[in-house]
Amino acid sequence: MIVTQFLVLGAVLFSLGVYGLLSRRNAVTVLLAVELMLAAVNINLVAFEAFWNTAAAHGQIFAIFVITIAAAEVGIGLAIILLVFRNRASGNVDELDLMKW
Amino acid sequence: MVTPAAAAPLVLAAGEGGAPQLSEGGFFAAGAWILLLLPFAAFIGIVLVGKRLPKQGAELAVGAMAVNLLWSSVLFVRNMLEGIHREGSFTIARIGQLGGADLTFELGFVADGLSIMMYWLVSFVGFLVFVYAVGYMEGDVRVPWFFASLSLFAGSMLVLVGAPNLIQLIIGWEGVGLASYLLIGHYWEQKENSDAAVKAFLTNKVADVGLILGAILLGVSLGGFRFSDLARAAVEHSEALGAVALAGGLLLFFGAMGKSAQFPLHVWLPDAMAGPTPVSALMHAATMVTAGIYLMARTFPLYQNMAADARQWMIPVAVITLFVLGFLALTSDDLKRVLAYSTVSQLGYMMAAVAAGGYTAGLFHLFTHAFFKALLFLGAGSVIHAVHSNNMSDMGGLRRRMPVTFWTFVVGSLALAGVIPLAGFWSKDEILATLSHEGYTAFMWAAVAGAFVTAFYMTRAVALTFFGTYKGHGRPHESPPVMTAPLVVLAVPAALAGFLNIPGVKWGPIGNFTEWVGARAAAMGDYHPSSIEWDLAAYGLAAAAAGIVLGWLIFSPEAETQAARDRLEIPVLYPLLRRKYYIDDLYMRGVVGPVKGPLARGVDWVNGHVIDAAVNGAGFLTAWLGGLVYGRLDQQGIDLMFNAAAGGVGGAGGRLRFLQSGRVQQYAGGFVLGVLVLAAVFAVVT
Repeated sequence: MIVTQFLVLGAVLFSLGVYGLLSRRNAVTVLLAVELMLAAVNINLVAFEAFWNTAAAHGQIFAIFVITIAAAEVGIGLAIILLVFRNRASGNVDELDLMKW
Repeated sequence: MVTPAAAAPLVLAAGEGGAPQLSEGGFFAAGAWILLLLPFAAFIGIVLVGKRLPKQGAELAVGAMAVNLLWSSVLFVRNMLEGIHREGSFTIARIGQLGGADLTFELGFVADGLSIMMYWLVSFVGFLVFVYAVGYMEGDVRVPWFFASLSLFAGSMLVLVGAPNLIQLIIGWEGVGLASYLLIGHYWEQKENSDAAVKAFLTNKVADVGLILGAILLGVSLGGFRFSDLARAAVEHSEALGAVALAGGLLLFFGAMGKSAQFPLHVWLPDAMAGPTPVSALMHAATMVTAGIYLMARTFPLYQNMAADARQWMIPVAVITLFVLGFLALTSDDLKRVLAYSTVSQLGYMMAAVAAGGYTAGLFHLFTHAFFKALLFLGAGSVIHAVHSNNMSDMGGLRRRMPVTFWTFVVGSLALAGVIPLAGFWSKDEILATLSHEGYTAFMWAAVAGAFVTAFYMTRAVALTFFGTYKGHGRPHESPPVMTAPLVVLAVPAALAGFLNIPGVKWGPIGNFTEWVGARAAAMGDYHPSSIEWDLAAYGLAAAAAGIVLGWLIFSPEAETQAARDRLEIPVLYPLLRRKYYIDDLYMRGVVGPVKGPLARGVDWVNGHVIDAAVNGAGFLTAWLGGLVYGRLDQQGIDLMFNAAAGGVGGAGGRLRFLQSGRVQQYAGGFVLGVLVLAAVFAVVT
């Protein structure tokens, strides 16, 4: 089995995520970009697990963990965005600069 | 000299695990330390919250005393029935070393016949006086502080009588001195009153030097300060004590002379009348002047054995006190001063008895005297409260206006004069019996003559105060019940307490006073009569009767009072008595004057020129050095460093704060950049 294709796919996906994170103004899109990065990590985990094929299947288990936590994170993130939108009538991250000095 | 063999040395046995016939006293004896601490708790409570309480703290003082009275009454009754001896100490500090053994400072309590009698007496008289004071001090100045000081007074006395060793006794002793100073000077706005307080304090201080030196001498020679050790050493004629016993005994006696107002250190006591009357009652009955007698009783074995020679000094001093100073009551116009001189004289009786070996006789007189003297003072206070003057020339004719005060005062006067069957008769007779039996016949006759003088001046006081016509202002009326109730309560023991110790009579299971404080406790070498000696009693009684009759003849209301008193102004004697034998003048001119005059001026010069110069020099030097340090080192050195550091941090912060833009994507960008740099470094390194 060749692991390279999977790693390239993961890297491309991660880069797309980073790009989205840094360039998009809409908060929901930023959240989607974060999900892309997490998916890229998951691909890496599963690919390496398949490559080494350990009996304990650590890679898969970790991937499931990441998915679970990502789900929770998105739940909280969306709730925050919803509240911010209600309060400020805007979901743009570049307008949320209340936490500066 | 009485041989100590007759009475078993029970205090020594108690030191070796308890004497067989004495009980441990159970719960109430084990907790007797409560008695010592409760008044102090009241003191602190009144000082902290007294002003905010409805009775200005009096309820705390009275409450503490009520608990003390109940507690000590249980002890008193149990001691009557079975005899108690219990002692507890714990070590506070090691204060030195003596021949390999540690010299320790201990605190604790004793519950034996003597201490329990004193606990009860202080609590009983204290409780009544406190209750009385609630009425007497109504609307007066500084009431919370007054009750706080009263509690301190009673508490210090309880610490004193509960002390198992000399050091704790001194602590209580000084506490009593301090509290008496505070109370005598309660009305300090008037110069005389604060002078009287200072006089009492300083006179006592003179004597305290003796007490402290004696305690150090005996304690260090003995290797311990406990009374039980002292008694044991004295009885066994230990060599450690041999050289210092007499000196130590005399020094302790000198201390006792101050507190118990023995000649010639009695001068403070009459002046101490400057305090409010409840203070006088407490001071004269239970808490202050009895301390010296108590000390002599507590160290009784010492004077019966190794320091027996000290008695050659003690008895004459006591007899001079009881005989010579009693006369001073004759010329005083101040009702409270009359009573004060009578206290001095009665203290002479007690001291003479204890010194002559009449342990129980002296203590019994202390016991009965507490009742009738407290009664007399509270009665005098009631009169003073009504007529607003201490002087008998402002009184007269109060018999019908203040009947309760009058009758109780008469009971107290008769008891003091020693009229059968009132309390003073029995206790005075036992003192006469002791003096006679121990061979001090001349002193015995002086004591009989003293009884005559006592009866005479008390008749004078009663006649001038309650008979004749009223000479003061306003319309005096009887005091409120809160003041008359203690009078009535005190009149009962003043009349009947004598029956508790009729020689040879035992009252069923409770025995008699001698058994409670004497035979069951520490009184080795005590002489107490086994039957009443009627011939001596007859002399005493005849003297008292003569005094009363003569006093009545001279001061009765039929005779014109002022003229009658003039007839007494015998050329030499009268001025002598008026000037109090010139003793006070001697002290003023001989001691206080030189100290205040040349000595004080000399000290002042030294102070102004030598010490002040040194102090000023030191102050100037310090100020100069301070200026130098401040100007150069602090302002220019250290501050610079801190200013620079602070400025640096502030400037850096001012620039760096722009990094915190609050924009999440900027942060994320920085984050990604950081990861890329780290990845690049990682790639290069590996």
